[in-house]
Amino acid sequence: MIHRTRYVTQNIAKTIVWMAALSTIGVMILILFQILREGLPVLALHFFLDPPRVMGREGGISTTIVGTIALTFVAALLGAPLGVGTAVFLREYAGESRLSHVIRFGTDCLSGVPSIIFGLFGFVFFVIYLKMGWSILSGGLTVAAMILPTVISTAEEAIKAVPYSYREVSYSLGGTKWQTITRSVLPNALPGILTGILLSIGRSVGETAAVILTAGSSLVMPTSLFSPVRTMSVHFYILAREGISMKVAYGTGAALILLVLLTNLIAQWMINRYIRRRS
Amino acid sequence: MKMRFKEKFIEKSFLLIAFSSIGILALITFFIFQEGLPFIWKIGPKAFIFGERWVPGQGSFGIFSMIVSSFWVTLGALLLGIPFGLACTIFLAEWTPPLVGIVMRPAIQLLAAIPSVIYGFWGLIVLVPLIRNSLGGPGLSICAGSLVLGLMILPTIISISEDSLRALPPSYKQGALALGATHWQAIWRVLIPAARSGIVASIVLGMGRAVGETMAMIMILGNAVKMPSSVLDSARTLTTNIGIEMGYASGDHRQALFATGVILFFIIMALNTLAIFLSRRRLRG
Repeated sequence: MIHRTRYVTQNIAKTIVWMAALSTIGVMILILFQILREGLPVLALHFFLDPPRVMGREGGISTTIVGTIALTFVAALLGAPLGVGTAVFLREYAGESRLSHVIRFGTDCLSGVPSIIFGLFGFVFFVIYLKMGWSILSGGLTVAAMILPTVISTAEEAIKAVPYSYREVSYSLGGTKWQTITRSVLPNALPGILTGILLSIGRSVGETAAVILTAGSSLVMPTSLFSPVRTMSVHFYILAREGISMKVAYGTGAALILLVLLTNLIAQWMINRYIRRRS
Repeated sequence: MKMRFKEKFIEKSFLLIAFSSIGILALITFFIFQEGLPFIWKIGPKAFIFGERWVPGQGSFGIFSMIVSSFWVTLGALLLGIPFGLACTIFLAEWTPPLVGIVMRPAIQLLAAIPSVIYGFWGLIVLVPLIRNSLGGPGLSICAGSLVLGLMILPTIISISEDSLRALPPSYKQGALALGATHWQAIWRVLIPAARSGIVASIVLGMGRAVGETMAMIMILGNAVKMPSSVLDSARTLTTNIGIEMGYASGDHRQALFATGVILFFIIMALNTLAIFLSRRRLRG
C-alpha cells in the first residue's frame, strides 16, 4: 500500500507543479494581451511621429520616444564600457583574490539597490550637486549606474566561456596581455556581451522611478544633453496615474511592451545562437 | 621596457574601472545619508521610526505606518511568490519536457523584463476593480499590491533557485532514485533540502525586490497614510512615500523623504548582505 501512495503523491505533486507553472505564464500572457488589445489599435504612424498636445491628452508620443532613445543611449554608452571593463578586470587580471571578492560584493549589493534609491541619489548628486539639472545627462548617468551590475555579470559569463586555450595560443604567438584581451578574448565573448547590453537597454527603457526624479517630465522636444525629457515609461505612468487619457496611456503602454519584447527577443535569439555555436 | 610600461598602465586602468561599482555604491550611501541622517538625528530616531503621524505641513514626520505597510505588502508577495516560484523552479529544473522548456524559460525572462509601470497599470485596470467588486473596500489595497508584487518577484526567485538546483552534483538525484525513491521524493526530500541555502537566498533577494518596488505600488496601493487594519485597506509603503512626494517636497519635507530613503537603504542592505552570505555558503558547502 505504501508503495502505491507514493506514486499517488507524485502524481498530485506533478499536477500542482504543472498547474502553478502554466498559470504563471498564463497570467503574464493575460497582462500583455489585455494591454495590447486596447493599445495596438491606437498605434498608427502619426501616433509615433506627432508631439504630445494638451499635456498628452491628444497628439502622439514623438518627444517621449526621442527622450527614451537619448537617455538609453547615454546610459548604454557609459554603462557598457565600465561594465565590460570591470568584467575584464575580474576575469583576466584579478583572479580569485580578495580584491575580486570585494568588487563582486559591491556589484551584488548595487544590483539589489531599488530604483527609487538610485533616483534619490541621482537627484542630489547629478541634478543638484553637479548642477546638471533635470536632464538627459542626469537621467542617463543614473540609469548607467543602475545597469552596471547586469552588464558586469553577463560580460563576466561571456568572458568565462571563452576557452582558456585561446589565450594560450595568443601568448604563445608572443601576444601581450592587452593584445590577447582585445584580439582574442573580447571578440569571442562579444555576442554574450552584446546580449547583456541589450538586456540592460530593455531595463533602461522600462525604468521609471529613477528617471522621473533625474530627467524630469518635460514634454518639449529635447535639444541638448542638458534638456529635461519625459521618457515613454514616465509618460505612460503620468497619463495613467493622473487619468489624463486612457486611450493614449494604452497606446504608450503597448509601444513600451513592443519595444521591450523586441529587445528581449533579439537578446534571447543571440544567446541561443551563441550557445549553439559554442557547443 | 616601453611595452611593459604600457601593460602596467592598462592593468591600472582596468583596476580603476573595476572600482566603478563600489565607487557608485559609496557615493549613493554617502549622499543619501548626508541628506537623510541629520534629519533623523534632529527629530530623534525613535520619533521618526515609531511615529505614526506623517503630516509634512504640520511638521510631523513619523514613518511607522509605512514600515508596517511595507512589511505586510512584502509578506503578501512572499505568500504568493514562494509557492509559485518553487513550483516553477521544480518545473523548469526537473519536469519540463524539452519543448515546453524552450518556451517557458524565455517567458520567465520576459516576466523580469516587463517594466514595473506595466504591472502597476494592469493591477490598476484589472485587479483593483476586481477586488473592489468581489471583496469590497476601495480596491486600491494591500491585497492588490501583494498579488502584483508576488508576480513581480517570481523571476528573481526562479532564476536563482533554479541555478542552485542545477549546481547540485547529479549523484544526489541518482543516489535517491537508486534507493527506490520516486522522482518527486528525490526532489522534495533530497534536492530541495540540498539546495536550501540557494533557495533561501533567492527568497531573500525577492524580498528585497518587493520592499524596493515603487512605481507599481504607487499605482495600486492607494497611498493613504494610515496604519493598515486589513488587507483590503489602502496603504503607503516606504518607497511609495518617496516616489509620491519627492516631486514637490522642499526643505524639511525633502529631508524627511531622504531620511525615509535611509531607512529603506538599511533594510535593503541587510537583506542583500544576508542573501550574499547565504549564496556564498552554498558555493563553499
